[in-house]
Amino acid sequence: MRTEARHEDLLRALAPQVLGALVHRYGHFDACEDAVQEALLAAATQWPREGVPDHPRAWLVTVARRRLTDELRAGRARRRREDAVAAEPPPAPVADADDTLALLVLCCHPALSPASQIALTLRAVGGLTTGEIARAFLVPEATMGQRISRAKQTIKAAGGTFALPPERELADRLRVVLHVLYLIFNEGYSATAGPDLQRADLVREAIRLTRSVLALRPDDGEVAGLLALMLLTDARRAARTGADGALVPLAEQDRALWRREEIAEGAALVTDALARARVGPYQVQAAIAAVHAEAPRAEDTDWPQVLALYELLEGMAPNPVVTLNHAVALAMVRGPQAGLDLLATLDGDARLRDTHRVEAVRAHLLELAGERQAALAAYRSAARRTTSLPEKRHLEARAARLG
Amino acid sequence: MKYMLLIYQNPANWQELPDGERDAIMSDAGAIVEELTASGELIGGEGLADSSLAKTVRVRDGVPAVTDGPFVEAKEHLAGYCLFECETPERAIEIAVRWPDARHWAVELRPLMTASGEDM
Repeated sequence: MRTEARHEDLLRALAPQVLGALVHRYGHFDACEDAVQEALLAAATQWPREGVPDHPRAWLVTVARRRLTDELRAGRARRRREDAVAAEPPPAPVADADDTLALLVLCCHPALSPASQIALTLRAVGGLTTGEIARAFLVPEATMGQRISRAKQTIKAAGGTFALPPERELADRLRVVLHVLYLIFNEGYSATAGPDLQRADLVREAIRLTRSVLALRPDDGEVAGLLALMLLTDARRAARTGADGALVPLAEQDRALWRREEIAEGAALVTDALARARVGPYQVQAAIAAVHAEAPRAEDTDWPQVLALYELLEGMAPNPVVTLNHAVALAMVRGPQAGLDLLATLDGDARLRDTHRVEAVRAHLLELAGERQAALAAYRSAARRTTSLPEKRHLEARAARLG
Repeated sequence: MKYMLLIYQNPANWQELPDGERDAIMSDAGAIVEELTASGELIGGEGLADSSLAKTVRVRDGVPAVTDGPFVEAKEHLAGYCLFECETPERAIEIAVRWPDARHWAVELRPLMTASGEDM
């Protein structure tokens, strides 16, 4: 591994520990978070030049603490606090595992929009720089910086604190954390072009952070389910786009490109979770991904099992996107017309008004039903309506094949 | 979702607007830009010089032809754009509704294409 990448891994792993230690001691999540970010930037420039210090975590805490003191000194109204900080001994260099969880819960505060939760989580817990996050989301660095600082103000105004809520509330807050990690993963995974390196980084970060949550909540089946879903999905990444940049549907992917190691780990995780924990939507989605992953060829797919799992998911977490996938599974088991009938129940659904997805699935099912002209029209309509370039290429190619 | 707000004006009746209204348009637009900057939604935006300064470029059989004036001849011209990212389509429409040029001419809201795609 390149030295730079090694430094980066180390810094990202240490980031939540250093921040946790500071916030524990001094409070002021917002000021501490800025100070840690500056310490990480200092390390990223100094360590490659001067070598990694003997105690990297203590080094980061010292630098961040100094920045925090400077920051508080700059605010004249806060002079008393500054004295308090300067007088206190440095935080004990002991990593408190719960700090990472408390930070995640705070960064995924329900008062924040998903975009802000994502940005703050990646910076405060993931240890990414504002510039890295901005590049991954294709926005200017100033825009991302503003989102992060606004998010911190919002948390402060909402009275968010750096402490784990009581167990009952923690369960709900943890659902939000998992959703944010899922969104980070999906942002990276769904990218087919653009700055590849940064996008792949989001996938890696999402998996890394979910792993760290699982280490802290090993009995939560949904955490295991989410990690399994990420691994089973990411295993297909190399096969999901063709040379021309068009998306390759699951049924046509070269399965030799699927990564067996990730599939094996994901399948084992979800099997274990289903056996011992209360079942939840991430586990069911992971189980569906595992059924696909275990089929040597598309025609070997155990569609009745996929269908049963979608029925379970639809009952558990109903939403129109689940219905779309359910319709495809239904068509594979009971024929295209059954799928089209289920799809018709989504007509006029306001949640899908501006998307092309219903038309895209309808086109596919009409093609399976042998209704060539209707399928062609639906492919063309979906291709016009999508805002995704790779999906557009795929849909146009389908239309061309029928036309 | 990222959107581009295309801002249209009619240069002829821009001149006929009372001074107060021209100032109000400028300051209302400025206030929205400030709000979008503070919220972390603004990606960018600029005003465009008059369309009489436009050059339209066509290349046919490898031969470029450059003519003066805009590509589409119309009374309304593209006067500027604002690029932003927001959480919901409703928020994008809310921004467009408040954009002052919409009071006199029109603004057009267009989602951007992305390089992301969902599994199929």
